[in-house]
Amino acid sequence: MEVMVILVPLALGLGLVGLLGFLWSLKSGQYDDLEGAAWRAIADDEPAREIPPD
Amino acid sequence: MQATRDFSHYVKDAGAGLSHIDLAVEGVSCAGCMSKIERGLSAMPDVTLARVNLTDRRVALEWKEGTLDPARFIDRLAELGYKAYPFETAGAEAAEAEQSRFLLRCLGVAAFATMNVMMLSVPVWSGNVSDMIPEQRDFFHWLSALIALPAAAYAGQPFFRSAFRALRTRNVNMDVPISIGVILALGMSVVETVNHAEHTYFDAAIMLLTFLLVGRYLDQSMRRRTRAVAGNLAALKAETATKFVGADEISQVPVAAIQPGDIVLLRPGERCAVDGTVIEGRSEVDQSLITGETLYVTADPGTAVYAGSLNISGTLRVRVSAASEGTLLAEITRLLDNALQARSRYVRLADRASRLYAPVVHATALLTMLGWVLMGATWHDAIVTAVAVLIITCPCALGLAIPTVQTVASGAMFRAGVLLNSGDSIERVAEVDRIIFDKTGTLTMPELEVVNAADIPEDVFSLAGQLALASHHPVAAAVARASNAKSPLVRAVEEPGQGVRGYVGGIEARLGRPSFCGAERLANDSVNLDPEASTVAFSLGEARYLFSVRQGLRPDAPAMISALQKRNITVEILSGDREPAVQAAARALGVSEWRAGVTPADKIARIEDLKREGFKVMMVGDGLNDAPALAAAHVSMSPISAAHLSQATADLVFLGKPLAPVVAAIDFSRKALHLMRQNLWLAVGYNLLAVPIAISGVVTPLIAAAAMSGSSVLVMLNALRARRVAHGRS
Repeated sequence: MEVMVILVPLALGLGLVGLLGFLWSLKSGQYDDLEGAAWRAIADDEPAREIPPD
Repeated sequence: MQATRDFSHYVKDAGAGLSHIDLAVEGVSCAGCMSKIERGLSAMPDVTLARVNLTDRRVALEWKEGTLDPARFIDRLAELGYKAYPFETAGAEAAEAEQSRFLLRCLGVAAFATMNVMMLSVPVWSGNVSDMIPEQRDFFHWLSALIALPAAAYAGQPFFRSAFRALRTRNVNMDVPISIGVILALGMSVVETVNHAEHTYFDAAIMLLTFLLVGRYLDQSMRRRTRAVAGNLAALKAETATKFVGADEISQVPVAAIQPGDIVLLRPGERCAVDGTVIEGRSEVDQSLITGETLYVTADPGTAVYAGSLNISGTLRVRVSAASEGTLLAEITRLLDNALQARSRYVRLADRASRLYAPVVHATALLTMLGWVLMGATWHDAIVTAVAVLIITCPCALGLAIPTVQTVASGAMFRAGVLLNSGDSIERVAEVDRIIFDKTGTLTMPELEVVNAADIPEDVFSLAGQLALASHHPVAAAVARASNAKSPLVRAVEEPGQGVRGYVGGIEARLGRPSFCGAERLANDSVNLDPEASTVAFSLGEARYLFSVRQGLRPDAPAMISALQKRNITVEILSGDREPAVQAAARALGVSEWRAGVTPADKIARIEDLKREGFKVMMVGDGLNDAPALAAAHVSMSPISAAHLSQATADLVFLGKPLAPVVAAIDFSRKALHLMRQNLWLAVGYNLLAVPIAISGVVTPLIAAAAMSGSSVLVMLNALRARRVAHGRS
């Protein structure tokens, strides 16, 4: 059962990474246009110069 | 005097030498449009950012400061085939967007915590029936507490705040039992963990928050979307005013940039975008959007004009006044304030349910505890059982029962062309048994149309249309629209107050007043036919024709009125217009109850009378004179073409020319209310099954978790049925 000392923090750490990733994506405006994002994924190529909004 | 377009009001400084502007764009609906616009705009030199938001139908643009005129973006988009206009985020919309992001953050935190606590709970549940040692169980419980407590403190904020607000005003809403349940469950679980007990409820508490946040977020995002569309429509009206920036120099500026005291120019055919007083010029003004009266009013220096009135014949200079100076406006504002104050505080279904629910549940929990103590159980066991009752009664299904239906129904109504201004309007629309329509602009179209198009030969009509394109007069504009003429007649001359004339193959053609075209006799004969319509004459050589122009009924109005009557709704017309005009419309629609020449105060009085008789009245109107009545009615609706004040007062706004959205709103709302009630009964039924189990003290956290998610999913699935209504239902 000593393995839990590694496994439990590891699992929680991975969960935390996921949460931080979500909060970062929220902060960088990735949920502002859900419909557009769905289409951008299958667009042929992105327009030449593009800077994501802050 | 050539006016320039000045959009500097909308340009924001984005820092680092960049300027930023947001444009609302009409007709962006697919991925193709998105890349077309982005490429088209990015190709312009010095543009550093062009990004389409497909959800809100907007474009964000950034460019090097001082290199480009924003008007060029609008021209470029017009070349690409899209109508666009600068957009300024209203305060309410910005607040909604911020709230939406906050809910999503809470949801993220709660979902993270739920997943991780579940990961710890499942081993405990299976360990309890196998070989888990107590130390391990305690360790897992402590870990669960470590995750669940901070997560609940953060993600529970929307509920705790709302519950606190309600309690402070001595009210009860659904968030009160939710907050009490969550806090007690967490508190008890901590005590149990300290005492090395077998069962804790960290998982149930945090899962409850996750489910409820999903409902809250969906509800919020639907509202935000509605608001974004309404904001775009307002922006795309492109309301500008021609402002004098010098003695003889004019500039086309957005209305938002106009200050009281400015002087604006109002040309024939233009709709006034501001309130003010005429200081120079003489003209006739169509005030039907304000008063419902379709006869023109003479305007000369000293006359007050209001936003929404249409200038007919002459050019006017108007000094802009502060909104409340006008006598008519002041009167309407006063009535509106009174009506808004008297607006009965409608108690939402959800709040009515929670007023019943909270005391019953809390009393049951208390009785459970006392009952167990009387039967000889320890205080500790009795309290644990009582808290289990609170958890199992699960405000979860109750908390989701109404918002999920509302979200689905408002989405369906949005697709049918109805925007919701207030959250509880669905419930109120569903109860309506009487609808009062305003006539002008609501039952009729806001624009003029040619009534007797069938009587006029097609080639003559298109010639008249070409001539009409050379004029600004609204009646001429109606002729031009009806004829589908594309290009104006070359070298046509407009004679102010008379009409337009030009030459077609050497023959003189005239369009204008009957006297201008030598058609007085023809006009005298036909006035007897349709006293409501304005006439415009057309002469081509010796031939004389007469166009009869008036505000036509909305195309589907008769069908929709009878559809409403089929749904047991009494329809009534209250109009500020003259009696013959109202009578004609009422007869055409088959409406037997109508009143003409009604003042705003009269409209309110009529609604109050009907309310006293126990009717649930819906008011549908667009004019400024309808605004107080819209506020006084049980629920109200406006077309998108309505005056600003009316649109802001109405609970629902409908888009487009047909009247069909009014019927759709009734159908969807009735279905939604039916489903809300059904969902509440489902939640009650679930509780009747689960509570006895909880009272008997055999509930484990596993049962609680399963019951909670089961009932939530059931309620959500049932809500999906609000997407469709049976058509032709009587």
